[in-house]
Amino acid sequence: MTILALDNVSKAFGALRVSQHITFDLANGEALGVIGPNGAGKSTLFNLITGNLPVDEGRIEFLGRDVTHVPPMERCLSGLGRTFQIPQPFEKLTVFENLVVAGAFGNRLPESAVSDECADILVETGLIGKANEVAGRLSLLERKRLELARAMATRPKVLLLDEIAGGLTEGECHALVATIKKIHSGGMSIIWIEHVLNALTSVAGRLLVLDFGKVIGIGEPDAIMNSQEVREIYLGIDV
Amino acid sequence: MTTSTQTARTAWSVETRTRTSTLFLGLAALLVIVLAFAPFYASRSLIQDLFFILTMLVLAQGWNLLAGYAGLVSVGQQAFVGIGAYAMFGGVILLDLDPLVSILLGGSAAALLAIPTAFFTFRLQGAYFAIGTWVVAEIVRLTVAQWKALGGGTGTSLPRSATRDMFGLDFLKDTFGFKTSVATDVITFWLALILAVVTVGVVYRLLRSRQGLGLAAVRDNQNAARSVGVDAQRLKTIVYLSTAFITGLAGALIYVQKARISPDAAFSVLDWTAYVIFIVVIGGIGTIEGPIIGVLIFFALQNSLSGYGSWYLLVLGLLGIVIMLFAPRGLWGLFTDRTGIELFPIRRRLSGGSTEKPGG
Repeated sequence: MTILALDNVSKAFGALRVSQHITFDLANGEALGVIGPNGAGKSTLFNLITGNLPVDEGRIEFLGRDVTHVPPMERCLSGLGRTFQIPQPFEKLTVFENLVVAGAFGNRLPESAVSDECADILVETGLIGKANEVAGRLSLLERKRLELARAMATRPKVLLLDEIAGGLTEGECHALVATIKKIHSGGMSIIWIEHVLNALTSVAGRLLVLDFGKVIGIGEPDAIMNSQEVREIYLGIDV
Repeated sequence: MTTSTQTARTAWSVETRTRTSTLFLGLAALLVIVLAFAPFYASRSLIQDLFFILTMLVLAQGWNLLAGYAGLVSVGQQAFVGIGAYAMFGGVILLDLDPLVSILLGGSAAALLAIPTAFFTFRLQGAYFAIGTWVVAEIVRLTVAQWKALGGGTGTSLPRSATRDMFGLDFLKDTFGFKTSVATDVITFWLALILAVVTVGVVYRLLRSRQGLGLAAVRDNQNAARSVGVDAQRLKTIVYLSTAFITGLAGALIYVQKARISPDAAFSVLDWTAYVIFIVVIGGIGTIEGPIIGVLIFFALQNSLSGYGSWYLLVLGLLGIVIMLFAPRGLWGLFTDRTGIELFPIRRRLSGGSTEKPGG
């Protein structure tokens, strides 16, 4: 079953066409990896899906409903959770409070109805030891984990991860990938933008390659990585 | 701890109160009662001082909620003080209302004025918002100065008949033998006490609520708050309108006590916004305790420096700058950092669970 579908979605900033005729489907429970050189339009793609940027043309369908012109807050409420490339914690709130905000507002529920769940998510994402610490004092890895945990607290049906492994050491990256794997194995649909390829391919069942706002390939990771076009454009390998 | 590991589901608990804060709440209740009886043991000038402190506290809590929690740094709160005061005067002079009833009219007028003000100024960010609110306040001042029925640019006084027949006045005079002038001060003092207690209570309740948490998220990062489903615009609007209402009530009450109004005094940016900002900043922005400390310090400074003319303003400014540089979270922030004591805690502390004790 398709949970999210983009049909011919385009976006331009003046003359700069950042997304051109993007079309793909995400199946329920699937993990789709998105790769592409810097400036290929990866984060823009997320902003179009979440509604932070309006699309110029095309259609976005989420859970069988046309959400092309639905405001971002409502898309969050209907089950689109995202992390930001640069972590954006609520710095003066504690880690636990960061999650309670997301849980209570992202589901239109009272605090008491979500606090247990938020605590459980903190355990799952390895942040429970920092629950009562102010988010502004967290390390980069902890901030990335908090991005993930906060998105989870909104009870998303599709999780959009924007370079969540970027800037981490190899050990940290491993630990984070293990957490994401666990979340995915619980049935979560994921779209994951990442430059750290081995992290991405260890979770994603399919890869989508973007270049100059166009989809230049989508399919099995192996097939994609062996495609001549992808190797030339993305990896810069002269074949 | 061992019992919770037996259960299949982890038992968590969330705590906001601390032992200190519960103790403080009791002491605060006692203090309010002691204050409520002040007219029976304190001098008239002390009652007037307390009235000043309490009304400034209300204005400061309002501004603190706006700037410290909703991130709305307004320099135009005098618009709501002024319109509240003028609406009260209008109710008394034009509609023949009792001054005390007319105070409610003042609050409502301020809230009404806040709707178009919010519509225009919310398009602006940061410093532009601040200037925008000031501009609106000036426009309102200039407009009100054209209102001939209320004295135009020179202002007017509350009619003697209205103040003499004010609700409750006869009761106080007959029961306790107060003179008319004293009884007026006592009534306005009691109203100020009620308004201050209710304001602090409402602000505290709001900050402990789900909406308060959303507000804190918006203040910290509006973009991220939106992405987790917080309606930032709605929360800010609610805070702006309620603050305007409270500020309007305080303005009306202040001018019931003053009984004489002019556009320049009622819309004074110095009296109703600059001093208020000073109070919040030296006390500690973003805390409920801050404005309470701030207003006491402000009052002490004003009293001890009143004989030195413009030196007084220089000292205030200097003190404000020094505190902003060396204690950006104000005197209360400095105290909390050292001692960890919070009298109005709003943090949600997570504890329990079968894993290690969180927080450490």
